[in-house]
Amino acid sequence: MPSVDLASSPLRELNSALHALTDNTNATHWTVSNPRGQHNIAVGLDFPVEIEIDGHVGYYCAGMNKQARVTVRGNAGQGIAENMMSGRVHVTGDASQAAGASGNGGLLVIDGNASARCGISMKGIDIVVKGSVGHLSAFMAQAGKLVVLGDAGEALGDSIYEAQLFVRGTVASLGADCVEKPLKDEHKVELKKLLDDAGVEGVSPDEFKRYGSARKLYHFHIDNVGSY
Amino acid sequence: MCGIAGLFLKDQKLAPELGGLLSGMLEALSDRGPDSAGFAVYGDGDNGQIKLTLRAAPSFDFAELMASLGKLAGAPISYQVHDTHAVISIPTDREAAVASALVGMKDVDMVARGKRMAVFKEVGLPADVARRFGLNAMTGTHAVGHTRMATESAVTTNGAHPFTTGTDQCLVHNGSLSNHNDVRRELIRQGMTFRTENDSEVAAGYISSQMAAGASLQDAMTSSLSALDGFYTFVIGTETGFGVLRDPIACKPAVMAETDRWVAFGTEYRALVDLPGIDAAKVWEPAPARVYLWERH
Amino acid sequence: MSAQDRWIHTPPRKSATFDDAAIAEIRRAAATGIYDIRGAGAKRKLPHFDDLLFLGASISRYPLEGYREKCATDVVIGARFAKKPIHLKIPITIAGMSFGALSGPAKEALGRGASAVGTSTTTGDGGMTPEERGHSDLLVYQVLPSRYGMNPDDLRKADAIEVVVGQGAKPGGGGMLLGQKITERVAGMRRLPVGIDQRSACRHPDWTGPDDLEIKIQELREITDWQIPIYVKVGASRPYYDIALAVKSGADAIVLDGMQGGTAATQDVFIENVGLPTMCAIPPAVKALQDLGMHRKVQLIVSGGIRNGADVAKCLALGADAVAIGTAALIALGDNDPALEAEYQKLGTTAGAYDDWHEGRDPAGITTQDPLLAARLDPVVAGRKLANYLSVMTLEAQTIARACGKSHVHNLEPEDLVALTMESAAMARVPLAGTNWIPGSNI
Repeated sequence: MPSVDLASSPLRELNSALHALTDNTNATHWTVSNPRGQHNIAVGLDFPVEIEIDGHVGYYCAGMNKQARVTVRGNAGQGIAENMMSGRVHVTGDASQAAGASGNGGLLVIDGNASARCGISMKGIDIVVKGSVGHLSAFMAQAGKLVVLGDAGEALGDSIYEAQLFVRGTVASLGADCVEKPLKDEHKVELKKLLDDAGVEGVSPDEFKRYGSARKLYHFHIDNVGSY
Repeated sequence: MCGIAGLFLKDQKLAPELGGLLSGMLEALSDRGPDSAGFAVYGDGDNGQIKLTLRAAPSFDFAELMASLGKLAGAPISYQVHDTHAVISIPTDREAAVASALVGMKDVDMVARGKRMAVFKEVGLPADVARRFGLNAMTGTHAVGHTRMATESAVTTNGAHPFTTGTDQCLVHNGSLSNHNDVRRELIRQGMTFRTENDSEVAAGYISSQMAAGASLQDAMTSSLSALDGFYTFVIGTETGFGVLRDPIACKPAVMAETDRWVAFGTEYRALVDLPGIDAAKVWEPAPARVYLWERH
Repeated sequence: MSAQDRWIHTPPRKSATFDDAAIAEIRRAAATGIYDIRGAGAKRKLPHFDDLLFLGASISRYPLEGYREKCATDVVIGARFAKKPIHLKIPITIAGMSFGALSGPAKEALGRGASAVGTSTTTGDGGMTPEERGHSDLLVYQVLPSRYGMNPDDLRKADAIEVVVGQGAKPGGGGMLLGQKITERVAGMRRLPVGIDQRSACRHPDWTGPDDLEIKIQELREITDWQIPIYVKVGASRPYYDIALAVKSGADAIVLDGMQGGTAATQDVFIENVGLPTMCAIPPAVKALQDLGMHRKVQLIVSGGIRNGADVAKCLALGADAVAIGTAALIALGDNDPALEAEYQKLGTTAGAYDDWHEGRDPAGITTQDPLLAARLDPVVAGRKLANYLSVMTLEAQTIARACGKSHVHNLEPEDLVALTMESAAMARVPLAGTNWIPGSNI
């Protein structure tokens, strides 16, 4: 099991080693120590490798991830798993702004809170936040599911397209064109699967409310001008 | 566009470590602000005394100046030289005489005034700036620091943060204000003077003008939410207070941490990693448009 | 009308303020309740390169012999940090234009034309298509605020990356693509519902400001293993500061787009009233590079209203390393062709004025997603036309450079230029013709 200490080894070496992984490698489980808030750790991976980072990370950790399973044992800075395509990223602490921004696929699990703009421009990623999310979360969210076990801040889902939002706690306010929608059985099935995948136990899909697009901004109309 | 570090001690046993802790925080934010750095340290204060921070050209002879100022003050002046800066302590009733002597001098500038605050700033990498001023050895109750990446104003010592526009008041800023020219014109009309074209100095001036008119720091910060437009994260120091404010959109990064011994602000988490007890600290991102304030009573 | 009446009634006089265009726009706004949206760039008259002239050689300077002595045109972009910088044979590149705004055949034609003469093309909002990757020898992949179509596989396929902060037609504004052009394929690439109006953000979702941008650029470099150059594109508004900050953030090259630069669709009021004309944006940008010791190390690519080899030579003389063309390239492909006049008339416009690129009804098959219209454009023929046009521009720029005694177009200098008007002298920071006076040079 390769083990990299970022206190003594440069980030470039770690990332280039991870990019060089090929099918015949035995190095499928890596541990990284002393991240100390460094940026761009384990970005651009495209291999089914397991990575455990022991400590807090800075911006864009696991950015554009494909296939890899990355665990951050600590807090994550801005843009964790930004533009993720597939795989799984798990933060055991809190995540800063823009968690999962513009992600296309895969699963992002945050055990603590995520701050502002969680899931901004999301394009198919699934995000499960066990705590709360900050303001403007799911801004312009296009596709995928954002699940929040705690509360959501102001302007949730502003200018949302077809992403689906599930919030168990309170929502400070809904953004333009975001409305509460009925939680039907099919949604509960999807939600249950996501909760299971994220390792959430003892929480029923019935405890959530569902939010999505009112689709009033899909075609410009002068009477909606106040929403722009 | 910059890095901010701030530290407010609740446990005075940490006072001897204040400068060393802030120094590490600033150095961690070097990438965000390689142009210049600065900090304000709130140390001891004596009743009836006022501290003036002076800044002079390199290799200026402060000893000679102090001898002549001492005659004006009628007593020897206690002072400490930190590279290009010197902090002098004089009886409040002799301040007018000393200040008027300083006004005419072209090689030395009075850059800060406070019962407890001293302000140091210079062009250069944060670690170098901190070392030159001997930040590691400084002690006190709270401190505010900044590393600067200049956006629209010049890279000069005056343009470095913190900005101080009132007694014991200082402000550091990350972001860019979009209406600072109009606010500056109004403050100038009210009689305020500015050293730079920097938007952050306008924010400092706005807070000072509000407090000079009787507002509390809490009220001054609240009213700046409507008076100042654009993107900002402010960390503000006063003689007894430590405030944090983000604009209502809150794009610029900010992270805070608190234990029962201290409260800290960092633009990135990296700035906080070496604080004592950080692993058990409460860590959060300050909410937009909310005033955070810690006061010593 | 009697002779008497003629003295009582003055002849009709139209207002210079409320001219026909202003009145028509008031009526249109009152009838529809929406601002005017259109494509293309600023149409108002702006100070431009036409007001600059070159000082050819004579006795005090020697020219190069036109048809025998070599005048090189090659340029290397992005050697500051990238292991594989871009080598262009000519200093003219194709600006970013999206698949979505343009049809598949149009994107293919751009790739064919540019590749034939050894230069690069650029993607746009909405991602990279196999057509354009397949037909472009050198392809720049844009990272935009919307991140539509953004993915790491295409990032790794690119020859360079361009982080788009803004564009000249709308600095500070976001993108827009109306429902008519969000076809199934476009919608699929962007993960949007088919046929809706696409709104896109003006700010990147995960960074704000130069301090964050530095980290973003490092991320893109780490993902692409420091192999390919990273450009930063800005719309011209505060070029001195923006270029300095892009350099500090670690850019290998900078694209500076003036307000004559085109767009697929945005508000007319934005196009006509926001930003700086290209000519006056170059000197402060070059000054910023010089002040940082980065001129010619971080390359400056200028765009916005470039039409011919003289414009190219003038940009280079003012300090640019290369130019990019968008609108001119579309015209070379066949946009606004007078041969299609009857069809333009049906759309209520005329050849040379058609700018409703967002409506997707382009009879030339370029700014459309309608398969029948798109099929009208033969990418081989159109690509050949673009290659011809790029060759002509290059020859023209070489002709001027040789006349000024230069064996490489990059050796043109501001001192080779004079200005015809006071305003162009002040804006381009070259002397008024026949004098050595640069208005404002003492401030």
